[in-house]
Amino acid sequence: MASDTMATRASTPAGRRRPLSPRAGLTVLAVVVSAISVLPVLWMLSSSFKTRSTVTDGNLIPREFTVDNFVYVFTEVPFARYLWNSFFISAMITAAALFFHSMAAYALARLRFPGREKLFGAIFATLLVTAPVVLIPLFLVARELGLLDSYAGLIIPAIFNAFGIFLLRQFYLGLPRELEEAAIVDGCGHWRVYWNIVLPMSRPILSALAIFFFLANWNAFVWPLVATNDQDLTVVQLGIASFTTQYASNWNYILAAATVAALPMLLLFFVFQRQIVESVKTSGLK
Amino acid sequence: MSSVAAQDHRSAATAPEEAPASPSRRGMSRKHREWLAAGLFLAPDVLGLLVFVAVPMVLSVGLSFFQVSGFGSYEWIGLGNYERMMDDPLFWDSMRITGLYVVILVPVLFCVSLALGLLVKQKLPGMGVYRTVLFMPYVISLVVVGVLWKFLLDEQTGAVNRAMRAAGLDGESWLGSPSLALACVIAVMVWVMMGYYMIIFLAGLQEIPKEYYEAAKLDGSGPWTTFRTITWPLLRPTSFFVLLMSTVAAITGGLDLIFVLTDGGPANGTSLAIFYIYQQAFGFGEYGYASAMGSFLVLIMVAVSAVIFKLTRGGRFDDGE
Repeated sequence: MASDTMATRASTPAGRRRPLSPRAGLTVLAVVVSAISVLPVLWMLSSSFKTRSTVTDGNLIPREFTVDNFVYVFTEVPFARYLWNSFFISAMITAAALFFHSMAAYALARLRFPGREKLFGAIFATLLVTAPVVLIPLFLVARELGLLDSYAGLIIPAIFNAFGIFLLRQFYLGLPRELEEAAIVDGCGHWRVYWNIVLPMSRPILSALAIFFFLANWNAFVWPLVATNDQDLTVVQLGIASFTTQYASNWNYILAAATVAALPMLLLFFVFQRQIVESVKTSGLK
Repeated sequence: MSSVAAQDHRSAATAPEEAPASPSRRGMSRKHREWLAAGLFLAPDVLGLLVFVAVPMVLSVGLSFFQVSGFGSYEWIGLGNYERMMDDPLFWDSMRITGLYVVILVPVLFCVSLALGLLVKQKLPGMGVYRTVLFMPYVISLVVVGVLWKFLLDEQTGAVNRAMRAAGLDGESWLGSPSLALACVIAVMVWVMMGYYMIIFLAGLQEIPKEYYEAAKLDGSGPWTTFRTITWPLLRPTSFFVLLMSTVAAITGGLDLIFVLTDGGPANGTSLAIFYIYQQAFGFGEYGYASAMGSFLVLIMVAVSAVIFKLTRGGRFDDGE
């Protein structure tokens, strides 16, 4: 994927030679801002393949190419364990969140019951409560519930988030009702309607949200930092942070570790960028 | 909330839901079955949001009236924590830094993202690639971003200073002086977030009907007039959303980045309020005091949001338009 972006970057400067029309000017601008965006990331990727003595030599292309840094990261530190923890936790949160949120959103969008709009308003209001603000009481609640230093403590509090409910509700409001109504007339219970009709129809938005949730939780740092002490529960972001303090100036190791942490998300992004961008777009429109 | 209560005493009645209902039962209780279904569907999320969001929010305010000792006892001290806060110069320093951070970050991020949104809306060859590349930093965790920029901004060996020296300039001690370090945190935040808000602006821009632009073209309007009379007013809802989101995020976020990039330093120059609160709570076990400061910060956040809401009239279009 890195080579892809490199290739396009290399091909664009050809546009510069044309007489400066507004279009050419805009192209140059686009290339420059794209370079600002991508260069630091490329720098990280390439430096992770450099040796200790050349890592700070200021060249983008490594003169001596080595994979020792990655070997070191995986052998000297339980990095594979960190990756697994992050993967497991993010996957569990994502699965649970999609299930619960789509159920709740379906009820809010379709089922009639007293107090529905008020309840939706209350759920929506929790969006204003940002995670860092409730970090302390959340920590105390988790401690009371015995959730500290456990997978459950990393997973359960991270599931509940009004953002997903909100987006799914908007989606369900836009679905045609006919199929569901036909099924209800046929005697299907609400659960069957949800499971057999609504859920399959929501596949596009669910996959977009899945990527989003997974990404957000893979990247989460503050809650795992607060909620865990146990080495076996260390997630990859925590691993990087402590690795960085431990190996202060061994940039080759640090950047290899950072690359290992970032690469899965970069790959996910390049494969599913359309879904990610679409879900960001819909979040802004409402 | 009522649905949670409803769920309790009716959960025994789930079984008929599965079985094919007899016509009489269906006719009799259709409304109530719908209530029951709604209660069950909503129960997990409502319960979770209560326990992990709503209760902590209320607790946060409650805790601020207590002295909480590290692991255990709670002692009611009334407004004691707030009095301490009033006299804590470090807290007010952190509030001042937060103010500066928000006042610079939000407008810069807004303008850069809007400019990028306008740029990537153009039909140019390779635009898909530019969009992708500009959004990319957003998917990288703030921890990795912090590590990466710490490497690039290093005074001796960092690529930024190398480039400056190559251009005949003196390198700077980017993370070594309080004001430069704060500027770096802001710049890095813009670097991470600009692609995200760019996409949101792009979505808003694409919602504007093309006919307006065609009409403006026929009238012979230049790009600036077109922007001022069409794009800007019609983009109001999006602008409001971006302004609100980025302000809230700036006031209470960025903890991860500060941790890795500057650790609040040098000389507390990047110790944002949220970072100071974190330190008091988890560094010194001052949960009560930290909660008081946190509640104060939320108050400020709500006030600022209200002002934004008022100033932009909630992002509604101008009445005259």
